[in-house]
Amino acid sequence: MAAPQQQKLKVNGPVAVTANRLSDGVVVWRTAAGGWSTDLADAAVVTTAPEAIALLESASVRHTDAVGAYVAPVVVVEDGTVRPGNLRERIRVAGPTFTLPGALGADLPAA
Amino acid sequence: MYVYDEFDRAFLAERVAEFRDQVNRRLAGALNEDEFKPLRLMNGVYLQLHAYMLRVAIPYGTLSAAQLRRMAHVARTYDRGYGHFTTRQNIQFNWIKLENLPDAMAELAEVGVHGIQTSGNCIRNVTTDQWAGAVPGEFDDPRIWAEILRQYSTLHPEFTYLPRKFKIAITAAGHDRAAIKVHDVGLRLHRNEAGELGFEVLVGGGLGRTPFVGKSIRPFLPVRELLSYIEAIMRVYNQYGRRDNIYKARIKILVHEIGAEEFSKAVEAEWAAIRDGALHLTDEMIEEIRSRFVYPAYEALDDEPAEFTAAMADPRFATWFANSVHPHKVPGYSIVTISLKPVGAPPGDATADQMDVIADLADAHAFGEIRVGHEQNLCLPSVARRDLPELWRRLDAAGLATPNVNLVNDIISCPGLDYCALANTRAIPVAQEIAKRFADLDKARGIGRLHINISGCINACGHHHVGHIGILGVEKNGQEFFQITLGGRADEQAQLGTLLGPAVSYDQVPGLVEDVVATYMELRSGPQELFVDTVARLGVEPFKERVYAAH
Repeated sequence: MAAPQQQKLKVNGPVAVTANRLSDGVVVWRTAAGGWSTDLADAAVVTTAPEAIALLESASVRHTDAVGAYVAPVVVVEDGTVRPGNLRERIRVAGPTFTLPGALGADLPAA
Repeated sequence: MYVYDEFDRAFLAERVAEFRDQVNRRLAGALNEDEFKPLRLMNGVYLQLHAYMLRVAIPYGTLSAAQLRRMAHVARTYDRGYGHFTTRQNIQFNWIKLENLPDAMAELAEVGVHGIQTSGNCIRNVTTDQWAGAVPGEFDDPRIWAEILRQYSTLHPEFTYLPRKFKIAITAAGHDRAAIKVHDVGLRLHRNEAGELGFEVLVGGGLGRTPFVGKSIRPFLPVRELLSYIEAIMRVYNQYGRRDNIYKARIKILVHEIGAEEFSKAVEAEWAAIRDGALHLTDEMIEEIRSRFVYPAYEALDDEPAEFTAAMADPRFATWFANSVHPHKVPGYSIVTISLKPVGAPPGDATADQMDVIADLADAHAFGEIRVGHEQNLCLPSVARRDLPELWRRLDAAGLATPNVNLVNDIISCPGLDYCALANTRAIPVAQEIAKRFADLDKARGIGRLHINISGCINACGHHHVGHIGILGVEKNGQEFFQITLGGRADEQAQLGTLLGPAVSYDQVPGLVEDVVATYMELRSGPQELFVDTVARLGVEPFKERVYAAH
C-alpha cells in the first residue's frame, strides 16, 4: 500500500495535517497557530482541498520539527470533539491495539 | 560462533560516528529529510506509524549470549523493554528516539551487531538454517558460505544501488528450513557424484505483490566459484533489472519476463569473463573464514543420562521434549527450539528480561550460542541432554517453554498496521485471536504440523503465500478484509498457496480458520497425513464448499 504521503489528495470531509516529530517520531498534529501538538484536540480541522493544501504547505516550511506530513481524515462529533478518521489514525493516536510485551508496554493505552 | 577481528570493530565504530554526525546535522537542520532518509535507511532506521524503528541484522541467524544480552539492554534502555524477531533473522526495536539512536547503535556495535544493509536496494542479511552446524546430515556448515557472502556484499560499491533489494538464503540440509526457494537467490549446498561440494543455484524466487518460486539455473556450482557466480548474477540483474517501476524491479520479474533459460545464458556469459579472476575462492581463503568459526568443545556423553530419563516421567517435560527438542549430530546433545509464540502473545516478541534469561541459559547450557529462525522462534543449537530438564524448568518459569513449535498456534506474523506505515490491516491481533481458538495444545497436537502465516499487506513480510494457511490483509472501503490461501509451503517442496475464496472481514477470520481446520480433520486420510498434504491431495474446493457454506 502506498503511504498517505504518496496518495492523491482527496478531501471528502473534515481533515487535519499530521506528521511525526523529528526527534523521536511521536505523532503530532498541525495547529491553527502554525505549530505542532501531540494532542489531536489541538489540530486545525479543515474541510476543503485548498485549505488542506495550504495547511500542508505551511507544515513543510520548517523541516526540523516534524517529518512526513500528510492530510489525514478526522471525525468531528456533536460536541466538537475531534477523533481519528480511520483505523490507521486511531492506531497512530492510541498505539497498537494489543497489550505490548514488557512492563513499560503494559502501561500503554489500548486503542 | 564467528569471531570478528579488529577491522570489523573499527569499521563499525567509524560507521556509528558517521551516523551520529548525520543525526546531529539533521536535528540542527543542516540536512533535510530528503537528504537524511537514505542515510538513516542505510543504517536500518525506518520511521513507522508512531516512532522510529531500528532493524538490526543477525547474520545467518547466529547470536552470542553477549550479543543477545546487549540487545536486551538496548530494549530496556532505549526502547520499551522488548524486541521483535522478524522473518529474515533480524531483530526490530520499535520505539527508539532518533536522538538516542547513535548511542544505541554504539552499544550494539561494541558486540559486533548493526543495522547496515537491513534496508535499501542492496544485498540484505544473508540467511540460513537456524540449525546450521548442529543438525545431522548436513553437507557442510552453511554459515561459512553465508559469512563469505556477507563479507563480499557488505558495502559492495557496485551493488549499493541495485534496482531493488536483494535477498540470499542458503541451506545445507536435506530439509530446507531457510525457505531458499522464495528468495532472490537460493543456494542449496550438496555434493555431486564425485563427492565435491557445491551449490544448486536458484534465482527469481520471492513473495510480495508478484510471488514466484525460484528457478534452478545451475544444478552444481563448485564452492570455489560462489562469489564469481553470484557477481555474474548481480551484474546481469543490475544491468537488465527494471528501474522504471518499483513493482517490477525485483530479479524475479526479470527472470519471469526473459525466462530462466535466457537469464541463465546471460549469467553464464558474464561468468565466463570473470570466473578465473579475483573472486575465485582459494582453499586458503575458505579455510581462513572457516577457522574463525569456533565450535563447541563437545564431550562424549550418553544419549539417555539419568537426569533426562527421570525428567521424562513428568508429562509436561515429556510433552515439551517431544515438541521442541530435535536430535543433534553429536550423541548426547540436542537442538532446542524456544517458542516465542506463547498463546495470545505477539508472535516473535521477546521482552528484555526474557532475552537475558535466554542469554544466561545459553551460557550455562548451550556454549553461549543462540539462533534465530525465520519462523520467529529462537533456538539453542547445542544442549547436553543431561541439561534439558534444568533448561526446561528455567524456560518454563520465564514463559518460554510453550510446546507449540510447528503447531497451529506457532503463527508467523508481520507487525501489520499496529506498527507498519505500509500495512493495510492488522496482523498481530489476528494471530493472537487464532492462537487463542487453539489454546488447547493437546488438540493442537492432534491437528499436527500446520503453519499459519499472516501479512498485513501485499508486501508479504509475514510470508502468507507459503503458509499452509496464508492470511493476507486487504483494505476495502476503509475496512479490514482478509484473503485466505491454502496449501502453500516454504520448504524444499515450496509452493504458493491457492486462494480459497472471497475475502472475509476481520471478525470472521478466526472462525473461518477453525472451520478450515475442522474440515481437514474430517477429510484427512489419517493422523499421519499433514494438513498441507490433505490440501495437495484434495485441492481447496472441499474446504471452500464447507467453509463458505458456514460463513
